[in-house]
Amino acid sequence: MRSVLYVLAALAVMGLAFWAYQENYKTQQAIKQVRNLHAQIGAAHERLGMLKAEWAYLNRPDRLADLAELNFDRLGLLPLMPDAFGQVDNVIYPLPPIEPIINPVELSSDAFVNDGEEPL
Amino acid sequence: MIRTPLRPLARILKARDRGENPDVIEAENKRIRHEEMADKARQRAEGRLLVLGLFFFCAFVVIGGRMGTLASSVPEEPRATTVGNPIIGQRADIVDRNGRIMATNLATHSLYAHPRDMIDPARAAAGLAEIFPELKEEELVADFTGDRKFMWIRRQISPEQMQAVHDIGSPGLLFGPREMRLYPNGPIASHILGGASYGREGVASAEVIGVAGVERQFDGFLRDPANEGEPLELSLDLSVQAATEEVLAGGMSLMNAKGAASVLMDIKTGEVLAMASLPDFDPNNRPRILTEGDQSDSPLFNRAVQGVYELGSTFKIFAIAQAMELGLVNPNTMIDTQGPMTWGRFRIRDFHDYGPQLSTTDVIVKSSNIGTARIALMIGAQRQKEFLGSLGFLEATPIEMVEAPTGAPLVPRNWSEISTMTISYGHGLSSSPLHLASAYASLLNGGTKVEPTLLRQHNPPLGPRVVREEISRRSADMLRQVVERGTASFGEVPGYEVGGKTGTADKPRESGGGYYDDKVIATFASVFPADDPKYVLIVTLDEPSENSGDKPRRTAGWTAVPVAAEMIRRVAPLLGLRPQVDSAQSVSVTLTSN
Repeated sequence: MRSVLYVLAALAVMGLAFWAYQENYKTQQAIKQVRNLHAQIGAAHERLGMLKAEWAYLNRPDRLADLAELNFDRLGLLPLMPDAFGQVDNVIYPLPPIEPIINPVELSSDAFVNDGEEPL
Repeated sequence: MIRTPLRPLARILKARDRGENPDVIEAENKRIRHEEMADKARQRAEGRLLVLGLFFFCAFVVIGGRMGTLASSVPEEPRATTVGNPIIGQRADIVDRNGRIMATNLATHSLYAHPRDMIDPARAAAGLAEIFPELKEEELVADFTGDRKFMWIRRQISPEQMQAVHDIGSPGLLFGPREMRLYPNGPIASHILGGASYGREGVASAEVIGVAGVERQFDGFLRDPANEGEPLELSLDLSVQAATEEVLAGGMSLMNAKGAASVLMDIKTGEVLAMASLPDFDPNNRPRILTEGDQSDSPLFNRAVQGVYELGSTFKIFAIAQAMELGLVNPNTMIDTQGPMTWGRFRIRDFHDYGPQLSTTDVIVKSSNIGTARIALMIGAQRQKEFLGSLGFLEATPIEMVEAPTGAPLVPRNWSEISTMTISYGHGLSSSPLHLASAYASLLNGGTKVEPTLLRQHNPPLGPRVVREEISRRSADMLRQVVERGTASFGEVPGYEVGGKTGTADKPRESGGGYYDDKVIATFASVFPADDPKYVLIVTLDEPSENSGDKPRRTAGWTAVPVAAEMIRRVAPLLGLRPQVDSAQSVSVTLTSN
């Protein structure tokens, strides 16, 4: 009986050792992956920074002002005047067009009475 | 196990027959048995010793091997966990209030040389001189053939230049990664941003440090990796700043001024939305500090913060607001303006003669020095000093720039009665345009003190009360009347009720002793919209002269006011203010498709 216990304990130790070994390697693998991802994130950050800088450089107010001036006529721009501001309620919105009647529905008040239904 | 009996019956019987002692047999057998047991025990012990020896041997081999690998490998931190976010080592960006980038980083390369490794130094020098025109070929050859082991060639180079240097193919020309501070908007807000340069530098990396402006003030914040790259959010609005600078530059050249400054401030929070000083510079290529001459002529000099000037009649509203607060006058009280007013050996004059008396409102509207001086006498030196102190005129502005302490106001050592009178109309106390902006904001926002700030504020607490709300309201009305029928009539902007006060102050001679006759500082301190003040705008021109008439006109009404009006016209829509105009016809929608 005692020897069985010894054998079982030895087996348990071996099993646990194997499990710990595997877990260790899995962790190492995960850490490696995270490090790899961090490196990727870092590279993406750098790229993003570069793109942002380029965006800011291309949208610098000096350049936009020059572009607006160059294309003033072509885009039909107007100088900003105070009377260029409108109120939303000044805008006359077009009424939706009325569709022509294609299939008329015949209705007479008698029909309701005859059916005995409540008119909706 | 078969046990051998100690007294085997057969032998005992035989021994008895022979008359021998049977105990001898038992003793003999005992001895044999003990010997066998001893043999067995020794064998077992020897086996155990062997196993233990083996175990120790293996353990020492493992430890020795491990020590060997540790000694011969590169040390590495054992890592059992990883942090949540990778540390962002870059210097943080600076953005405006809408998140538009004002300063960011760019990864570039630096170029250095190991002349010892060069095969053909002359060819490398020729190639470099071709790529970088500012390098001298002879100097490079001298450096490369001398006994130097290492030299920097360029701190930062573009990718195209890097490729060209690469194509030279010299093994002695090497590149290192280098972070570069980039200001994509060029000279816009240059004085506020300041600039950056390299601190400690090595081949593999270099430290970027701020040298002026907010870059220097917030150097610690911008470099702190704990912020995880969170940008520094300024109160500036890039579009407004750009428009301000454009109008100011145009105004400065039209008015033949040698310098100009403007401050646009949110009246409630003290946030500086735009602050410009001309001439300016490009922070990407910051000029050197002047080694001779007047520092205030350098483009690096920030006139809005560092420039302390006597700001002239713009100060009058403070005397009058204080007198109203103290109940000494009301807008209709008549003030004696008979000139010239003599006080000891001083004589105070007005620009024109305004007759024997004016109402308090008209003292402001017509900008009467005599009238303001009389009101200041009613207030007295002590109370005036306290009031101006509560508006922040007695110390440097607390704005977040390293240059701020250098803009400390110049106050008279002895605040005498004559000082009281001259300060009431803006002479004898020099302060920066930023001081004036925050004082106007404090006076007109309902009467609570604001402190100028360059950082975006979210619901800042109200400051201590300076004047009552009613006085603030009346002051704004008076300033509105200055534009409607007074000295600032050019300040009228259609759609926006502008209020403001002009100020024209003669420049004091640098050598001391008196003032120039033909050099002035023209200032227009304005507030808009006057019926519900939201923004304060200060425009200051240094030595302007408007030459369209017969003789040069230098008063602020002719110089600073039109510039400020144009600025408000441009900037107000950007700030989201709707002009109050009756649109001529109602807008209709034209249908282009059905």
